[in-house]
Amino acid sequence: MKTLWQLFWSFARIGVCTFGGGYAMLPFIQAEIVEKKGWATNEEITDYYAIGQCTPGVIAVNVGTFVGQKTAGILGGIAATLGVVFPSVVIIAIIAAFISNFAEMEIVTHAFAGIRACVCVFIFNAVRKLWKSAVKDVWCFVIFLAVFLCATIFDVSPVIFVLLAALAGIILKNWGAKKA
Amino acid sequence: MILLKLFWEFFKTGLFAVGGGMATLPFLSDMSDKFGWFTQAQLIDMIAVSESTPGPIGVNMATYIGFETAGVLGCVIATLGLITPSVIVILIIAQFLKAFGDNRYVNAAFYGLRPASMGLIASAGVGVLSVVFLNTDLFTQTGNIRDLFQIGGIVLAALIFVLTNYVKPTKKLHPIAFIAFAAIVGIVFKL
Repeated sequence: MKTLWQLFWSFARIGVCTFGGGYAMLPFIQAEIVEKKGWATNEEITDYYAIGQCTPGVIAVNVGTFVGQKTAGILGGIAATLGVVFPSVVIIAIIAAFISNFAEMEIVTHAFAGIRACVCVFIFNAVRKLWKSAVKDVWCFVIFLAVFLCATIFDVSPVIFVLLAALAGIILKNWGAKKA
Repeated sequence: MILLKLFWEFFKTGLFAVGGGMATLPFLSDMSDKFGWFTQAQLIDMIAVSESTPGPIGVNMATYIGFETAGVLGCVIATLGLITPSVIVILIIAQFLKAFGDNRYVNAAFYGLRPASMGLIASAGVGVLSVVFLNTDLFTQTGNIRDLFQIGGIVLAALIFVLTNYVKPTKKLHPIAFIAFAAIVGIVFKL
């Protein structure tokens, strides 16, 4: 029961800090889940993001469910997920009820120009931290570069990249094994 | 009755929207046409609010629409509808990984998946980066190359990069401290 509460609150804290979608959540997951609580490794978080890309639903929720279920089973998955969405529900309900032109308010747009600058540094830092566990050799670098360029230039569903990369992994590993 | 409908519509959205919050948009737009719970113009406002409040964008959208449609209960029901399918799917996949995690093919697939995941994350970062660093609208109007770069955003990002990576006392600070700092800088210097 105590673990379930901890999961709920940890993910609620992550949910409050996340501005701008699932990727912006990554630095907070690293700080709270990997470094502070030790519930998952950087490597596992990378895997969860990859799976979250090609499964239905919001990525932040997918990652929450994964970490929760790994830590405390099915109930853990549910507790972590409810934690992620709890702050959003409260904050949005308040804004929807009381503030009609929230997004146009001058103070909000300026604050968000600042926050966006911060978020993009965070994403860069997160990639640097995950790099060692994800990009282990030249082939990994080739996959990284190919996906990065294609995803930036073309407007294609990430599902395709994820499926192709998994296939490439299977082919590369088994071809390498036969050779060795 | 409307609550049941809300749950079902968001359940379907959660089941079929693959790849993050923005993937829910076509479904929400469709919902607006079909039920008239909200207008397309309202939908655009909701996107702006969802992006400028904490939390996953998809969840924020569901909460907002639920509230506009059926009040506080509506926002809880719509959000639960959105997340239920993904929780079920992930729990099944997690069980599968537990059983087949040591399988040679599963491991090989992850060997390829990890760098791809990094590529997608980095690409999302570049998307934010271009909004922060460049002002293409102003540039196309004036043609002046100095108008293309948003100096304030670039300086702030560079400062945060140094503080989070190279300055010992600030390196270990919780990320939220930097978010707050960036928001204040944005307000004070009118970024």
